[in-house]
Amino acid sequence: MEHIIKPILIIVGVLLVLLTLAAGLIWVERRLLGLWQDRYGPNRVGPLGLMQVLADMIKIFTKEDWIPPFADKWVFVLAPAIIMVAVLLSFAVIPFAPEIFVVNLNVGLLFVLAMSSLSVYSIALAGWSSENKYSLIGGLRAAAQMVSYEVFMGLSLMGVVMLAGSFNLRDIVEAQKDIWFCIPQLPGFLIFFIAGLAETRRIPFDLPEAENELVAGFHTEYSGMKFGMFFVGEYLGIILISALTVVLFFGGWLGPVLPPVLWFFVKTFFFICMFILVRATFPRLRYDQLMAFGWKVMLPVSLLNLVVVGTVILAGGF
Amino acid sequence: MNDSSGILQELSDRFPEAIVSVQRTVDQVPTVWIKKECLRDVLRYLKKETAKPYRILYDLSAIDERVRTHRTDQPVSDFTVFYYLLSLERNEFVRVKVPLKGEHPQVPTIAGIWANANWYEREVWDLFGILFDGHPNLRRILLPPTWEGHPLRKEHPARATEMGPFQLPEDKAVAEEATLRFHPEEWGIQQRSDDVDRMFLNMGPQHPGTHGVFRIVLALDGEEIVDAVLDIGYHHRAAEKMAERQSWHTFIPYTDRVDYLGGVMNNFPYVMAAERLAGIRVPDKAKLIRIMMSEFFRISNHLVFYGTFAQDVGMMSPVFFMFNDRERVFQIVEAICGGRMHPSWFRIGGVAQDLPRGWDKLVREFCDYFPARLDEWDTLVMQNRIFQARTKGVAAYSLDEALEWGITGPGLRACGLDWDFRKKQPYSGYDQLEFDVPTGSNGDCYDRGMIHVEEMRQSIRIIRQCLDNMPDGPYKAEHPLTTPPPKERTMHDIETLIAHFLHVSWGPVLPPDESFVNIEATKGANGYYLISDGNTMSYRTRIRTPSFAHLQMIPQVIRGSTVADLIAFLGSIDFVMSDVDR
Repeated sequence: MEHIIKPILIIVGVLLVLLTLAAGLIWVERRLLGLWQDRYGPNRVGPLGLMQVLADMIKIFTKEDWIPPFADKWVFVLAPAIIMVAVLLSFAVIPFAPEIFVVNLNVGLLFVLAMSSLSVYSIALAGWSSENKYSLIGGLRAAAQMVSYEVFMGLSLMGVVMLAGSFNLRDIVEAQKDIWFCIPQLPGFLIFFIAGLAETRRIPFDLPEAENELVAGFHTEYSGMKFGMFFVGEYLGIILISALTVVLFFGGWLGPVLPPVLWFFVKTFFFICMFILVRATFPRLRYDQLMAFGWKVMLPVSLLNLVVVGTVILAGGF
Repeated sequence: MNDSSGILQELSDRFPEAIVSVQRTVDQVPTVWIKKECLRDVLRYLKKETAKPYRILYDLSAIDERVRTHRTDQPVSDFTVFYYLLSLERNEFVRVKVPLKGEHPQVPTIAGIWANANWYEREVWDLFGILFDGHPNLRRILLPPTWEGHPLRKEHPARATEMGPFQLPEDKAVAEEATLRFHPEEWGIQQRSDDVDRMFLNMGPQHPGTHGVFRIVLALDGEEIVDAVLDIGYHHRAAEKMAERQSWHTFIPYTDRVDYLGGVMNNFPYVMAAERLAGIRVPDKAKLIRIMMSEFFRISNHLVFYGTFAQDVGMMSPVFFMFNDRERVFQIVEAICGGRMHPSWFRIGGVAQDLPRGWDKLVREFCDYFPARLDEWDTLVMQNRIFQARTKGVAAYSLDEALEWGITGPGLRACGLDWDFRKKQPYSGYDQLEFDVPTGSNGDCYDRGMIHVEEMRQSIRIIRQCLDNMPDGPYKAEHPLTTPPPKERTMHDIETLIAHFLHVSWGPVLPPDESFVNIEATKGANGYYLISDGNTMSYRTRIRTPSFAHLQMIPQVIRGSTVADLIAFLGSIDFVMSDVDR
């Protein structure tokens, strides 16, 4: 029995923890932004405003579930579900600790990349099915942006794969016993983090939403729970990119004294905070600048990184 | 204003048959009445041929003269269209008036001479029902197309109670909504070109990027803007009409709300124009207080500009920092004036009250605190690489274009011309103060932002000088026409008591004349043209606002750019819709 119950418990546990975290991030982000912007943020509901999360959830669950009459109904409903499913599936291969993982896939990293590619469909379809010009522009921007940044994201990770000699995320963590890959793979890390910002559509890459230009971009027409799913999907995406950063470049669960899973969460939380700090600091790029930056800067640098790592390995440096 | 007879002499030599008469006004602006047949020739001469040309069409509007009684020096007319031209070389305005007869008179358009005449003439048609022959697109601009009548005509009711109850039944609401549908062919825009269907994107009147109820219809090819059509008037409150129903004194609060970020800066030209009519000399202390408070509002306005400009290119945080500092400005404003955004604190003849005890400490603290913050914001915003990439070279226009479109204020100085009315035509004692006029060189979004930032530093300099040199003395002139009138002697003799009673209940009667005062306001040049017909209320109040001119230029500048650039451009203009629509 145990070999059935234990995976189920882990799956349920991971789901619960992730969804709670994603909801809690709403509070974390608003409080941190408040701190950095010389204001309070939500501090009225419950201690430190923690119950704000609950209030937000009650609000979003009880809102009228409205579908605009002009929208393409089925696609409109399907789109927010895709992003949730795609991001949640990616977490299946993330090793939170030596014993805590859902599946141990040999192609774990490829699986994550594949899943994150799927989430593009969510955004593009949402923009298309809304039958709203702002949404359409947002969806188009998202498609172009995410497809191009995926390329560098994948390439930037190949250095890590070459160093670890495996696509398996557990093996990659184990390979960092002596030195975290953020040191030999600093360019890879930087490219990955920037591409991660673009993948999660956060400032300075939040062009698909760009509230000053496109009102709310691809999710202009969404409200209630369907909007909530985009929202949670975005926060799950942040957690995913942060967790991946930790796994690939910062030794995953490795660390002294504290239990491994705690190390993992501390490191992940640090990168989540970085995401929020970036949001508090930067302006938004323009569409053509975003594309030029991707193809003219990120792509050559990540290719160069690959060449250097390959040369070093061939020369027997590792 | 220097030698005022020069241009009049020149005109009467050149166009002896065109001049109907020359009018003398208390504000010393050379005023000439021209026959409408010769109007275009005279204006073209003034713009292009005269030695020191009047390159800027500064203002254009009309007067309904039909019930005006005091008209010395003036030809008979039912309506008068007036043109304000500004010559930079002469540093002088000239006021050209055209007498018109009939219920709906016609006058030739000058849209071919000055590009910015287009909107002004549409406004005159909208509000007065005067037709402009040959105008490319003469349609209503401030009022909805379904409006009946022309509100600034004297027969049009000024109060809602004179118009019958307002009703909006279903069918009328539907019809009103239908008039908002955009028809590109009416604006000469092609639906298709080179086998590409254009997308028409309706931005506004409710849109986070348009800074108020402002509507832009974009013709897009992908993300590139092929053309833009602007729709204004959603914020129109008929301030000019209200001026005709308010006493000279009670109109002051309305001026506050014309540029709602400018606060007492709006009172400034209005009270100065009224004082000129009344012949009041304002005491030095009141002058300096006025300057100080206006500069505080310049800072407050520019802080909003700075924060929202950064917000428009996607920076989330600066707007909070700026609003926190703006709050400090408002605390001082509140301590001195009692109000915050709209204190309505200037009075005809001075200011409402003396400075409170301890004001100098508040002001000094702010002057010590603020410059360091400005430096901090520089590193956060102006030096940010992405911010620079988004604003440098974006939506740039040349000095010639700026003059053609009547751009004033930071938008003009960003093109490299150090034109600041505080320096060029000093008022209220600005000539006694030391400050620099920052200029840019590229006329792009970044330069406009940079000039706003630099102006805040200069404002602090001015405020510091006011702080150190605040004279003693009365804060209001000793003059029978100041409002509210001096009260000290009212309880001692019956004559002063009666005068006081009349001035408070009816308001003072300003002598019949015309006066125009123009200042360097927060967003550009703001002018008030007051016409008194010897009454307790103004006969005609014309409010020339900078934002109206600035918006009109948008399509010209933004064609070929992207939607994101348009938003950055809107942020860099520094406008509020109340200032556009009045």
